[in-house]
Amino acid sequence: MDKKNKVDRKSALKKVLRHLGKYKIQIFLSIVFAAVTVALSLYLPILTGDAIDLIVGKDCVDFDRINIIITKTSVIIALTAVLQWFMNTINNRVTFQVVRDVRNEAFEKLQQLPLAYIDSHRHGDIVSRIIADTDQFADGLLMGFTQFFTGIVTIFGTLAFMLTINIRITLLVVVLTPISLFVAKFIAKSTYNYFKTQSEIRGEQTSLIDEMIGNQKIVRAFSFEDESLEKFDEINDRLTKASVKAVFFSSLTNPTTRFINSLIYAAVGLTGAIGVINGQMTVGGLSCFLSYANQYTKPFNEISGVVTELQNALACAARVFELIEEEPQIPDAEDSKSLENVKGNVFLKNVSFSYTPNRKLIKGFDLKVKPGQRVAIVGPTGCGKTTLINLLMRFYDVDSGSVSVEGVDIRNIKRSSLRSNYGMVLQETWLKSGTIRDNITMGKPDASDDEIIEAAKATHAHSFIKRLPNGYDTVISDSSSGLSQGQKQLLCITRIMLSIPPMLILDEATSSIDTRTEMRIQRSFAKMMKGRTSFIVAHRLSTIREADVILVMKDGDIIEKGNHEELLKLKGFYSKLYNSQFDV
Amino acid sequence: MRKLLKYLKGYRTECVLAPLFKMIEALFELFVPLVVASIIDKGIGNGDVNYIIRMCIILGGLGLFGLIFSITAQYFSAKAAISFTSKVRHVLFDHIQKLSYSELDETGESTLITRMTSDMNQIQNGVNLTLRLFLRSPFIVFGAMIMAFTIDFKAAMIFVGTIIILSLIVFGIMLSCIPLYNRIQQKLDGVLGVTRENLSGARVIRAFCKENDEIDEFHGINDSLTKLQKFTGKISALMNPLTFITVNAAVIILIYTGAAEVYKGILTQGAVVALYNYMSQILVELVKLANLIISLTKSVACGNRVQAVLELEPSVKFKSEEVINENGKYIVELKHADFRYKNAQENSLTDINLKVKPGETVGIIGGTGSGKTSLVNIISRFYDVENGEVLINGKNIKEYPSEQLRSFFGIVPQKAVLFKGTVRDNLKWGKKNASDEEINEALEISQAKEIIDQKEGGLDFEIEQEGKNLSGGQRQRLTIARAIVGKPEILILDDSSSALDFATDSKLRKAIRNITPSPTVFIVSQRASSIRYADKIIVLDDGKAVGQGTHDELIKSCEIYKEIYDSQFSREGSING
Repeated sequence: MDKKNKVDRKSALKKVLRHLGKYKIQIFLSIVFAAVTVALSLYLPILTGDAIDLIVGKDCVDFDRINIIITKTSVIIALTAVLQWFMNTINNRVTFQVVRDVRNEAFEKLQQLPLAYIDSHRHGDIVSRIIADTDQFADGLLMGFTQFFTGIVTIFGTLAFMLTINIRITLLVVVLTPISLFVAKFIAKSTYNYFKTQSEIRGEQTSLIDEMIGNQKIVRAFSFEDESLEKFDEINDRLTKASVKAVFFSSLTNPTTRFINSLIYAAVGLTGAIGVINGQMTVGGLSCFLSYANQYTKPFNEISGVVTELQNALACAARVFELIEEEPQIPDAEDSKSLENVKGNVFLKNVSFSYTPNRKLIKGFDLKVKPGQRVAIVGPTGCGKTTLINLLMRFYDVDSGSVSVEGVDIRNIKRSSLRSNYGMVLQETWLKSGTIRDNITMGKPDASDDEIIEAAKATHAHSFIKRLPNGYDTVISDSSSGLSQGQKQLLCITRIMLSIPPMLILDEATSSIDTRTEMRIQRSFAKMMKGRTSFIVAHRLSTIREADVILVMKDGDIIEKGNHEELLKLKGFYSKLYNSQFDV
Repeated sequence: MRKLLKYLKGYRTECVLAPLFKMIEALFELFVPLVVASIIDKGIGNGDVNYIIRMCIILGGLGLFGLIFSITAQYFSAKAAISFTSKVRHVLFDHIQKLSYSELDETGESTLITRMTSDMNQIQNGVNLTLRLFLRSPFIVFGAMIMAFTIDFKAAMIFVGTIIILSLIVFGIMLSCIPLYNRIQQKLDGVLGVTRENLSGARVIRAFCKENDEIDEFHGINDSLTKLQKFTGKISALMNPLTFITVNAAVIILIYTGAAEVYKGILTQGAVVALYNYMSQILVELVKLANLIISLTKSVACGNRVQAVLELEPSVKFKSEEVINENGKYIVELKHADFRYKNAQENSLTDINLKVKPGETVGIIGGTGSGKTSLVNIISRFYDVENGEVLINGKNIKEYPSEQLRSFFGIVPQKAVLFKGTVRDNLKWGKKNASDEEINEALEISQAKEIIDQKEGGLDFEIEQEGKNLSGGQRQRLTIARAIVGKPEILILDDSSSALDFATDSKLRKAIRNITPSPTVFIVSQRASSIRYADKIIVLDDGKAVGQGTHDELIKSCEIYKEIYDSQFSREGSING
């Protein structure tokens, strides 16, 4: 999927430009301002040079003309400063707004991507595309705006101004400058390998740190500290050696280009001074030339830095755009229906499904569920229990066959309508950052306090919520809430309890709750399930025993089907599974 | 940060030479305007072409010497900064390894990983930049000023004024931006948090049709980030225009006063050019200095965080003298043991008494949060008890040195974690010099032999980091094998068969029972079936032992045990058992 959608740099650039299109006027202004400020600031050394020419020596200073030049200079300085500020502000605005647009687009896309994408890609990677890559992209864009353009204008502007003063020296500068570029490039090229080695070893070290420190408790438990330190030190030594090389060689660029610039400076000084003696130019012209010689080489060095930065930015942009251009899930059809008065007729007909094309997981699966029936699904890990739920909720689409609710193929039902008719509790508890109340009322935002408390009492969550610092208004988050896994699961059940939809899906819904609490909330569960079609996945057989239909799944197929007693009599897989819990 | 600096000690020479050589380089740079001034005054003034050529060769020479000194300085500073960081990294890694569970709980593994990785890089950068630039930039700024003083006092006063105003502008803008940058970072973390949460909750969000609410929330937080960025951008955009105005205004004043001085014959034309050149040098270096200070504050913050980790004292301290092993009557004994997690309000375990004979199997059962894992953690001294004592072989557990104590135990933690490497490497964690025979035997017992035999390469099968290329049940069986391979006297199974089906679980228990010499086994479980046949079952509720005895005793005497049992077995089920 990744390969198909690879966005290369060129098309990334096109897409960036398209996003910039919205801010055409601002960008146009920025470019105009840049050109004007560069021209004005290049004009300043000439004015200064003119002034210096008027300061010849004792009793030989033309104050009147100096005053005129100074007034002119002041106006130019003020104008340049104001335009520069406008330009910088516009650049900032455009950059941050483009980045905001791109981020919004990426996040919106995230909501439309099929779950298959989210399940099969590392979340860290997706997050880093939206956060880190976009940030990098912003930096590059801003740098491009502020330095790339002004750099180029400065180079050409300086050239033009120099030509007006002295053609010969200008040519000298033009011929010599590429040396510094060449050297910079040469150093960058030869240090590239050192950097590559460095980042490889660093990656190796990071993954060792991840592994050892991330599992420090186990390392301690097995007294493995010495061995792990030994491994660490070995990598650390290699890293040190590689880093010294990489850092040192890369730090050669600045001094070397500075040296070459100083050679150019000396050459300009030499030819310029001789020129002055021969009357081809003035002292002011020389001073102006020297400051140009400095200015002229600087943008070259900067631009080569900016180019790498821009390339990097484009590579980052490409990663974000890859995400934005991922194939979305099939949108709801125009004429898709909304379900009304759902009784709970669910029909799976000849369903086949696989996550990867060459490994069929579910094949020719048939199941007819009548309203109010309780369907339990058991079987060893990887047998397809969770897959069935993915299909019922239409998190994934079937490869062939059909799933229908109330006789309507779910592909012809609005996703939102289908899903809001199911109440789902998963083994992996997920809570949103926010208050307990926000989390409970997810399915029914307008629930009253009484309703909330009633639901929480039914699941025995009320007693622990009450003890939290701010009760129902306590702010929690998924990662650091101080709630135990069992408490989180109780909240997830309460969430459903508040607005019981006509059909239920309980995937190991009580796996983290101890069996005593589970027994206590059993009555509420029974009430919840009464008259509602429910699908229950569990490995605790006590939960399953009371189901109307037990499906025993193995390798994507139903191998046994019936109620508890029937299946025990069958003396098949289920009875083996059931009886093994009484073994020694 | 200060305490970290002692690790720079071995690199004293480099630390002195790097900035010194940088300063010498800067000194050469400061001479350039003077040379240019004399070209104008003497060379051009006297029409002396030879003199001009000589001076230009000096210019080139200054550049060359600058290059040599600067390269040497870069080498010294790179070497010092990197060696320093590498040493700190080693010390920190070693230190983290010595921390007890309490400190690990408190700090969190992910924080520690950040300290070891990105914080270290930041520190290295900071040290390197400091060695290179911290002396150079101020030296040029003040050097230019001093040079100006050697030329003319009045003109030099303009320099003093300019430097003060420029410093106010540059540092004023910097200082007001630093807290804004921090706030931007916080907002960005917020955006990151929402994204991450959205991904991990994709199923629930879609099940509740909350996609649009999520988008609204993201827009909101993203907008407020952008607003803050634009505001900060406006302030930092002031830097260039303001410094531009200041420097150029200074040039105007310089020319104006310079003109008057030249008129009076106090200054020469070349001197005015020199002063003008010095002025432009100041600005460049001041901006560099300001950037240096920003990255330096970041590095110092990172350094302080690293230091804070280094200052954590392991709360569990071990003796170094080995204890002579006498076979006590009880291999494990707990006397009135209380335990409380650091900073917790209440005890996790209260007044636990337990006597276990060698070879016995002890079942520990109870609800979530009842203290089961805490109990095995104090038996293996990952935490120290608050009151009371824990005895191993009749001796207080605190008497044993770390290595000796660990050699008693084979531990299977709740989370089945394996490490990158072959199956063999992983099992050798349990016994460093284990033979293939011993490893295979352990795999047999843990019901993992079949799995490994099917894998390509058998014992040489490469396990990925965290054991990602194995299923949960397979991982769990390998972690059990890892604990068994060293033939520990005490085996702790902390809810370690949760991913196994009942049939495999029971086979596993049978196999463990047949190990000779039979180890003392602690089984923590939520499943009554897993501990039903233990010699002794301890029932925990809210950190208290509410029942202790065999299954038959407890089913009659302990209400909570009976409840747990009944909740998992039906009445007809118990007939079977």
